[in-house]
Amino acid sequence: MQSATFIEDQQVTTASTLQNKTSKAMNRDLVAWLGVSPFFIFAALFLILPTFLLLVGAFQDPSGNFTLQNIANLFRSDIIKSFTLSLEISATSALGGALFGFILAYAAVNGGLPSWIRPTLMTFSGVASNFAGVPLAFAFIATLGRTGLVTAALVKIFDFNIYNAGFNLLDFWGLTLTYLYFQIPLMVLILTPAIDGLKKEWREASLTLGSSTFQHWRYVILPILWPSIAGSTLLLFANAFGAVATAYALTNSSLNIVPILLFAQIRGDVLHDPNLGYALALGMVAITGVSNVLYIMLRARAERWMK
Amino acid sequence: MKNSKIGAWLAVILGALYFLLPLIATFEFSLRLKRGEYSFEAYKIVLSDPDFQSAFTYSIVLAIVTIVIGILIVVPTAYWVQLRLPKLRPLVEFITLLPLVIPAIIIVFGYVRMYNTSSILPLTQTALGTDALLSFGYVALALPYMYRAVETGMRSIDVGTLTEAAESLGAKWPMILWKVILPNIKSAILSGAFLTFATVIGEFTFASLLNRPTFGPYLQLIGAKRAYEPAALAIIAFIITWACMGLLQVAGGAMRSANGAKK
Repeated sequence: MQSATFIEDQQVTTASTLQNKTSKAMNRDLVAWLGVSPFFIFAALFLILPTFLLLVGAFQDPSGNFTLQNIANLFRSDIIKSFTLSLEISATSALGGALFGFILAYAAVNGGLPSWIRPTLMTFSGVASNFAGVPLAFAFIATLGRTGLVTAALVKIFDFNIYNAGFNLLDFWGLTLTYLYFQIPLMVLILTPAIDGLKKEWREASLTLGSSTFQHWRYVILPILWPSIAGSTLLLFANAFGAVATAYALTNSSLNIVPILLFAQIRGDVLHDPNLGYALALGMVAITGVSNVLYIMLRARAERWMK
Repeated sequence: MKNSKIGAWLAVILGALYFLLPLIATFEFSLRLKRGEYSFEAYKIVLSDPDFQSAFTYSIVLAIVTIVIGILIVVPTAYWVQLRLPKLRPLVEFITLLPLVIPAIIIVFGYVRMYNTSSILPLTQTALGTDALLSFGYVALALPYMYRAVETGMRSIDVGTLTEAAESLGAKWPMILWKVILPNIKSAILSGAFLTFATVIGEFTFASLLNRPTFGPYLQLIGAKRAYEPAALAIIAFIITWACMGLLQVAGGAMRSANGAKK
């Protein structure tokens, strides 16, 4: 801070050095380009090239010739099954996360609750959306596993065993319920600014025009918020689709979703076909890529109302 | 009006139940190692496990290295883009968002293929090379957070004037970045650093597939063979995440008040 004030004092002298500047302009551009070059070299070596070469591999046979066979092999029944399961879990956890996240965010912003609720919810969401991976799986095993606290409490209090009723933490619904722990907070974090953008005047305007609460939601709030809601849901979807650690630690690879299959493939070529592995990666990138592009398009639409 | 308030309370209470129950359950579970009484035995076992100590230290060192490399790459880039190369901004922003689009498992799959022992640059051949690769991978994973934090900080100061002033005093650009720009965006960099730390410390996919003994794979290993220790570890991990986010808010608050003071 000290240096900043010191420099502000010196601003007066900068005018005299302005002429000097133009002669150095060429030199400076070179310095600027050199200054950003580490970033581009880094991005090329550790982000773009590895992914690009991987995706190229999806279109090659073992000896490096062009082929579409790997893509065709993606339609093998076991791989289709993996993709279907992955899509179902990601979609369910995204829709659930979006719904509950929206309700929570809306309640905290516009619900007329005490003022401490909102910052508490935001801070907690920041923590919970980052609390994914292996520890999250442990937490849910301690809660809803066979000997988990909630499982035991339900047996004790209501004499109701969720495992006899067909629930299994290591199954579809168990994994979805676990994913919601980071999906809901993520939704709260992304959507709160959009809900903040709803102006009080709009509510007053619809009231003056005699609209009911239902009409206000149907014709004002949802038309304004839907691009934000839909966009965030897509982001949640991509987020769940790429997640590995939570599912791996929870189900120990018994649930054959795509990221788990790919994990096993990288570890030990379980498909017995490296190039099919690359095609699997391509399939994943295609799905997360499309969701993100749609998200960006919807966000651009949503921002019209945010000004 | 009253109805909607009841609804809002209901939403918040149900939300609190869903989010707090697993934490309470995990904590309770972590205390149950000794039969018939609550004890911190599981924590004692975990904390005195040499494997835990080495994995945890390893991850902390890795996180610090990642943060340093991240700052060295991101700060000059954000500086030059802001000052001289605004045309590059969309491209740089696009690149920094890529790690959110490409799942981590794909990036590491790419590494395994590109840097394997029979490639031109066989980074995975040595432990040190793999560590370097893992650090770079983490820099890539944390790039969206680090870049956005630094860029926000950079936008809140007058980079042009500061630079000209420093130049008029005869400073060269490494000196300007180090002595003028860096101190002025300290809290932004700290925000990026805490987010990076939270991302790196328990990361599993990269470390596991590159076969490095960090905290993430250690967690998974304990989870597969122990009952109560994983719960204790989950609580420890939650506290670390909470601490990172708390420090992030402190840094963010410092950034806001610094901006406020300027006006």
